This record gives sequence, C-alpha cells and structure tokens, in this order.
Amino acid sequence: MADHDISRRKLLQGVMATMVASALPPGALAQRRGPETREVPSTGERLPLVGLGTWITFNVGNDPVLLEECTEVMRAFFSAGGRLIDSSPMYGSSQDTIGHGLDELAAHDDVYAADKIWTSSPGSGPEQVEESREKWGVPRFDLLQVHNLVAWEENLDTLLEMKEAGELRHVGITTSHGRRHDAIERIMREKPLDFIQITYNVLDREVEQRLLPLAREKGIGVIVNRPFQQGRLIERLEGKPLPEWANEIEADSWAQLLLKFIISHPDVSCAIPATTRVDHLRENMAAGHSPLPDDTLRQRMADYVREL
Amino acid sequence: MGTSEWWSYRPEDFLMFSPRVYWRLFELHNTAWWPLQLIALALGIGMLLVLLRPRPWSDRLVFALLATAWVFVGWGFVWQRYVPINWAMEYVAPLFGLQALLLLALGGFSRGLAMPARWSMSRLLGLVLFAYALLVHPLTALLAGRSWRAAEVFGLFPDPLAIATLGIVAMAYPARRAWVLLPVPALWCIGSWLTLGVMDATGAWLPLVALGLALGARLWPDGRPTRHDSVT
Repeated sequence: MADHDISRRKLLQGVMATMVASALPPGALAQRRGPETREVPSTGERLPLVGLGTWITFNVGNDPVLLEECTEVMRAFFSAGGRLIDSSPMYGSSQDTIGHGLDELAAHDDVYAADKIWTSSPGSGPEQVEESREKWGVPRFDLLQVHNLVAWEENLDTLLEMKEAGELRHVGITTSHGRRHDAIERIMREKPLDFIQITYNVLDREVEQRLLPLAREKGIGVIVNRPFQQGRLIERLEGKPLPEWANEIEADSWAQLLLKFIISHPDVSCAIPATTRVDHLRENMAAGHSPLPDDTLRQRMADYVREL
Repeated sequence: MGTSEWWSYRPEDFLMFSPRVYWRLFELHNTAWWPLQLIALALGIGMLLVLLRPRPWSDRLVFALLATAWVFVGWGFVWQRYVPINWAMEYVAPLFGLQALLLLALGGFSRGLAMPARWSMSRLLGLVLFAYALLVHPLTALLAGRSWRAAEVFGLFPDPLAIATLGIVAMAYPARRAWVLLPVPALWCIGSWLTLGVMDATGAWLPLVALGLALGARLWPDGRPTRHDSVT
C-alpha cells in the first residue's frame, strides 16, 4: 500500500513537472536543469562547461563600486551553477577582487580555484603561490598553471611537487593567442599534466589539428581562453543578424553562439569568458546548456562567421 | 616567451585594465583629496607668476614646490592608486622620487639651474607648457566627455605634472643641467601617450606634443641664458 502511495505521489510530481516545464520558455528550462558538465580526464571530477575569466575585468584596484560590481558578477556566476574561476598574479588586482567576492558571498566551497604561477625566478615560485592563495582566501588551489610557459621547467616542477604533497589538486600550463604550440605539445607528451589552457574560438582553430587530439589521447583537460578574442569577435559581429539555425542550438546572441561552438568540441573541458556585467554573465552561462551543435553545424558556424 | 613571437602582440594586449577603471582612479583620487586641488591650483598660479616675473628667491621656490609635487604624485597617485591595477608602475614610482631629488639637487638646494627673465622662444614655449598644464589640461576631462571629477589637476596627477616640468626644463639654464631633468617626465609622457592611445582616449597625443615642444624649445638656437650671474 505504501508503495502504491509513493508511486502515485511520484506520478503526480511527474505530471506537475511536465505541466510547469511546458509552460516555460526553452531557455528557462535549460537554466533549471543546471549547466552541462564534462569530466576532468585525469580525475573524473565534473566541471561546468563555462567558467569565468578575470583578465582585465576583475582588475579594479581598490575601487569600492567596481569591487561590488565584480561581486555581483560572481554571485550570478555561482547562482547559475558556475564553478571554475581563473586568474593569475599577472592580472593586477584580480586575485584580490576574487578574494573579496568569495568573502562577501561565503563561496569558498563553491569555487573551483584556478590560478597560475608567473615568475622568471622559480625560487620565488612557492612564495608567489602562497601570496596568491592568501589573496583568494582559499585553503588550497584546485588548479595551478604555469603562466605562458614562463620558466616552465622549474615552475612545473614546483607545481608537481605541490601536487605530490597534497597542496594542490591539478597542474597545468597555459598559452594564449596561439603562441608556442610546439612547446605545449612537447610538454603534453613529456609531463603528467591535468590541464592545458589555450586560445580557441570560431576563428582561431589551429588547436583542432594537434593539441586537442593530443589532449584526448593523453587524458588532459582543456581550458579555453579568449573565446571572444577579447571582445573583438563580438564587436565584429555586432549588428549582424543571427543565422536562423541559431535556434537549433537555442543561441539567442552571438556570444552564446560563439561559446557553444567552443564547448561543443568534445575535448574542451571549459571556456572562460570574462565580463564585468551580470547580464553578459547570465548570457554566457546560459550558453553552457544543451543543445550544443554537432560536427556539421559546428563547421557551418565557422564558415558563416568567417564569411561575415 | 620567444622573442620571435613579439610581432604577434598588439599594443592593446599589454593594457591590463579597462578605460573605465583607469578614469575612475582619477575620480577617486580627486574625491579623496578635495579640496587640495584648490591649494595646488593656487600654488601653481603663484609659480606661474614668479616664472613670468622672476624674483631673486623664486627659482629655488619653484624647484622645491615642483620636487614636492613629484613626491606627492609618485606616492599618492602612482603608488597608492595606479600600482594596484598596473604592476609595471612599481618600477616607475621610484622614478618620481628620483626626479624630486634631481629637482632639489639642481634647483631647490642650490642655484645650479635658473629661470630666464628675458623673453626668448624657449622661455615662451616653456611658459606655454606650464600654463597649459596648470590651466587647460584639467579641462581635457570635460572636453573628452568625462566627469569633471576626473579632472587632472596639476600637483595631484602625473600628466600635468610631467608637462609642467617639461615647461621648466624647456626654459631653465644652463642647458646641460636642464637636460638632466628631462628623461623622467619625457618617459612618463611617452608612456601616457601609449596608454591613452591604446584606450583610444581623446587627446592621447597631448603628452607627446608637450614633449616635442619641450625638445624643440630646448634645441631652439636662441635658448641662451640671460642671467649668468645667478648660475653657480
């Protein structure tokens, strides 16, 4: 009898959910489902496909108004299910801004903290990491990456030792603007990396040839920076009508279309667009939901944007 | 990074803050120090008057006040406000202290440099630069559509201070000593021109024009001393 009651209750809940769902617009439903996630190959941990970059946008110094704006961006990010925030000691006050936001939102347990080591004096690396950690206010970093391969051999050794000692969960290397891909490839082959961070977008697709297949082969996660070419791609497309087939992947804006192109690549773990605006943040996060384009549509997207 | 890859960078790749953040630094600094702007403006006008009609004591006062301004701007604006959003300024801020020391050594504590009393092209250009920095440059914020709260006032902000100093450098004599005071404001003006240019700011070329005028004045053939007796 009790079983029948539960079944009836479940049935009723299912009917109600279907009724509510059918009354909602597709985007809202996607938001309710939570963002799509993908496994970090080396550990199996799942991360949302859209993270948050902080280059320029979170470098606001001591400005109380702008600090508050960044906190609101972080609030919206976590509310939308976001986890990975990426920064660097090279990004001015961005680490302080993240620390401020995490304190304000008490979100230290929600964040996947990704930062970098950036020093040409590897001896000072551990000191720099500790300084960064204090600015974030987290017990330890989830991911530390060698920024732009600066003194990469020594700095990577530092990070691998930290991981071995349990002071760090994941290790990676970064580049941007398509630079030093040969070196990145060599390091991917020789070192036990959890992540690489590279530039990839609908126009900068060189990584599809070697780095992304190698990442799959080696079980290395891929974080994508400069998804909008630091805004230039959006500026270029602004005012141009979205193609009709954007509806097929529920992309309401060029930003969403560009992001869906990136995160639909099966070897990409996460894209990290940066913004100072809550509405843009929500737009970016909404792109991290299904449906995502298949190979045919991805090629169509690339052709379309290139010809504009 | 390999040197072969430097070609692939654009100037804007080196800009690590947004224009909004940059201009808000000026607003916050002005708000924090109000009404010091009025005192700085009054002192600046006093300096301009004694540059127009030099007195036996006025040269040392001008150099001492200018040195004070370099210390104050280097600490108050560059170090306190600019360094947090631009780590490269950590290496620039000490140059403000160096410039202050040079000003004191050459003109504040000694009579190593003097201001001319007779009109010449170099004096004219020097005074124009000083007057521009003091009276016109603060208005560029309004002309560029920014808030008057972001006005760059002489004595509180580096651009007008560097331009005013270039004015002094343009007319001070003897020339061989005046040149010593040129590098720091010249470097600042070049850096400011690049920064403002990357941000596509109105009047980005002003610091560079000021530097060009100062160099022109300094190299102008009639830039000769007129008060040899005051130079030790």
